[in-house]
Amino acid sequence: MEPKEPGDRRITRRDFLKAGLLSGGATAVAATLAPGRTHAGHEHGLPLAAQSTPTPQPGMDHGDDESHGGMGTVGQVDNARNGFDPQTLLRDWDFGTVSTLPNGQTLREYSIVAVNKEIEVAPGVFFPGWVYNGRVPGPTLRCVEGDRIRIEFINGSDHPHTIHFHGIHAASMDGVPGVGPGAIAPGGKTVYEFDAFPFGCHLYHCHATPLKRHIHKGLYGAFLIDPDPARHVGEDEASARARNHLYTESQAVNEMVMVMNAFDTNFDGDNEVYAVNTVAFAYMNEPIRIRRDQRQRLYLINLTEFDPINSMHLHANFFDYYDHGTTLRPTHRTIDTIMQCQAQRGILEFDFKGFEPGKYMFHAHQSEFVELGWMGFFEVTA
Amino acid sequence: MSAAGVAPKPTRSWPRWVAWAVPLVALALLLGVLAFASPLSFFRADLPPVEILSFERIDVTPAGFRATVVNGGPEPVTIAQVIVDDAYWDFTIEPSSTVPRLGRATIDIPYPWVYTEPHAVRVLTSTGLTFDGEVPVAVETPTPGLQQFLAYGLLGVFVGIVPVALGMLWFPALRRLGRKTLNAVLALTIGMLVFLLIDTALEAFEVAAGLPDVLQGQALVLFAALLTWLVLLVVGAIRRPRDDSGTMPRALYVAGLIALGIGLHNLGEGMAIGAAFSLGEAALGSFLVVGFTLHNITEGIGISAPLTPGREGTPAGYSPGLRTFVALALLAGAPAIAGAWIGGFAYSPFVAAIFLGVGLGAIWQVIVEVGRLLRDDAARHAEPWITWANLAGFAAGVAVMYLTALLVKF
Repeated sequence: MEPKEPGDRRITRRDFLKAGLLSGGATAVAATLAPGRTHAGHEHGLPLAAQSTPTPQPGMDHGDDESHGGMGTVGQVDNARNGFDPQTLLRDWDFGTVSTLPNGQTLREYSIVAVNKEIEVAPGVFFPGWVYNGRVPGPTLRCVEGDRIRIEFINGSDHPHTIHFHGIHAASMDGVPGVGPGAIAPGGKTVYEFDAFPFGCHLYHCHATPLKRHIHKGLYGAFLIDPDPARHVGEDEASARARNHLYTESQAVNEMVMVMNAFDTNFDGDNEVYAVNTVAFAYMNEPIRIRRDQRQRLYLINLTEFDPINSMHLHANFFDYYDHGTTLRPTHRTIDTIMQCQAQRGILEFDFKGFEPGKYMFHAHQSEFVELGWMGFFEVTA
Repeated sequence: MSAAGVAPKPTRSWPRWVAWAVPLVALALLLGVLAFASPLSFFRADLPPVEILSFERIDVTPAGFRATVVNGGPEPVTIAQVIVDDAYWDFTIEPSSTVPRLGRATIDIPYPWVYTEPHAVRVLTSTGLTFDGEVPVAVETPTPGLQQFLAYGLLGVFVGIVPVALGMLWFPALRRLGRKTLNAVLALTIGMLVFLLIDTALEAFEVAAGLPDVLQGQALVLFAALLTWLVLLVVGAIRRPRDDSGTMPRALYVAGLIALGIGLHNLGEGMAIGAAFSLGEAALGSFLVVGFTLHNITEGIGISAPLTPGREGTPAGYSPGLRTFVALALLAGAPAIAGAWIGGFAYSPFVAAIFLGVGLGAIWQVIVEVGRLLRDDAARHAEPWITWANLAGFAAGVAVMYLTALLVKF
């Protein structure tokens, strides 16, 4: 399946590739033969706006097509077949089955199943994924600081898997091979149990080896621990209320989860598709609608494999940033770009108060990632 | 074949058509078993599809790129996305995004390419596999218009007809040479042809290697060469009995054959030059053309050498006229024009491999024929045909071609 060497094509006969050195003394013949040189307007290629959008193929509905100068995927991903919609993934919290333990502690019970599943990561491009609960990223587990967390993990796939949580827990609950229950064999199950600490924006992922493959195939998700206002005082208490889903103060904020991920569809150790929440250009083709007067809170997590870092840049605006979400006061104020290594995460808070309504772009500030899918819009409405 | 004359069969034999049909019926049964009973399903359990796509050509148009891809794999391939320079890009695809086995598709990509800079075109199939094409130097691919047509034709004239005709201008000098010197010139022709043989063979295999494996490029080249050689053998066998008496002397036949072989070689050369110019990779103007002129000038000597008077196969008093030389020059040189057109406007590695194979077979036969001229002459004079003089001529032929090739290979 090796692609043919691109250079193998046709000029090889006389191999004049490097012959630009010898360009002196061109005759009329040669001048006529290099039409691009005299063709006005080609010195700098075509202006982007002048691009005509080709007629889409039957069955290949073009998404938002007029304004990106031809850049973008062609067609649309079938969310129904994937079983998840990037728009819903933004705010699809899994609070677990909630009960109270005899000691008064809140118990949240979750069930997670790992399966093999083919997912459409760009229109018409199918990736043989390994997924938690049928989706990538896996369910966004949400709880409160100090809750008892109990996760029943069933491995319905054909490879051993685990769930490794970023959080504070016992070694046996760490979800790594060779410790505690270790790697869970296909068909096997285990229970991970611990108290939710520290509050913040966290994540979980499979820690079976080879790690790279188990992560980039799709076994990861967000794990959000809301701060408990009862554990904080003063200004921090108010901030904790605004972060905790159990308090009405938090309802005033529009919360979103974005997991920056990427897919190496040809398994060459280099990603072909970049995205937030899996589907390339999902939020470019269907912008995220937000109200300009509403506070926005974005839980941003980097699970990109193969590339050392990923980043997010917000256009025309600035945000406050809480690294790891483990503080109630911003770790960075008034920035418009944030960089994360793999598994690094944080909370972005911003609003568009007083802004002109319209489409405000956000994307990685690695241009390569942008044009390979990691780009979107907030559609800001009055 | 008629039944008359066949020995009477036993009366109860089956009709003849049944005898023909039996193996076919058996084959149909076997295919039926393979198709429906799947006895070999063991080998196919859950195997992922093998996808092999190759880029046949990428044209640079004012609006962007137009890429032609060929599916050389065993299964249909669906092209899902196109990535240009690491960015997903708009495209349309004809006739269908699903390319059948051995089928091809044309992908139109509106792209703001940058003059003279390289660009990378990649297709992503539905299974996520990627196949890469390259625009080494972005310059608009010529579209066949009258001006382009004439320009490419002129290019062919310069690298084909002109050098051959110039070489032929040595004919008056050649006819004054002594027999042994002339033999050395014939040996020089052989040396030149051997160079072309090897050069063409290497080129043919290189082009063939770029073809999808399923087309068996290398075999194609060899078979084209073999068939060409056999055809020329038949042609030679038909005319040989009239050797010294017919209207067409053997010497003229050999000269014509040399011209034909060189013409086929020049066809391939023209294709390569045309393709390179159209890809914008030959921004070297007159230098390249001069190089090819020098390189090919020896070909004119080679063609006219057998026509010198007094040789075996040349009737006494026979003197080729201007018309003969014009015809020979056209035969040897004009294919370069056709080649430049094909290479410039409709290059296909498949066609190129076949043409190069044909050239290979022709050049081989030319070497045989010229060698026979030398041998026969040596036999008539009871001399060995491999002499130091002939060897020197041969070496000079190879050396001249090698050295002039330095002008056009980089």
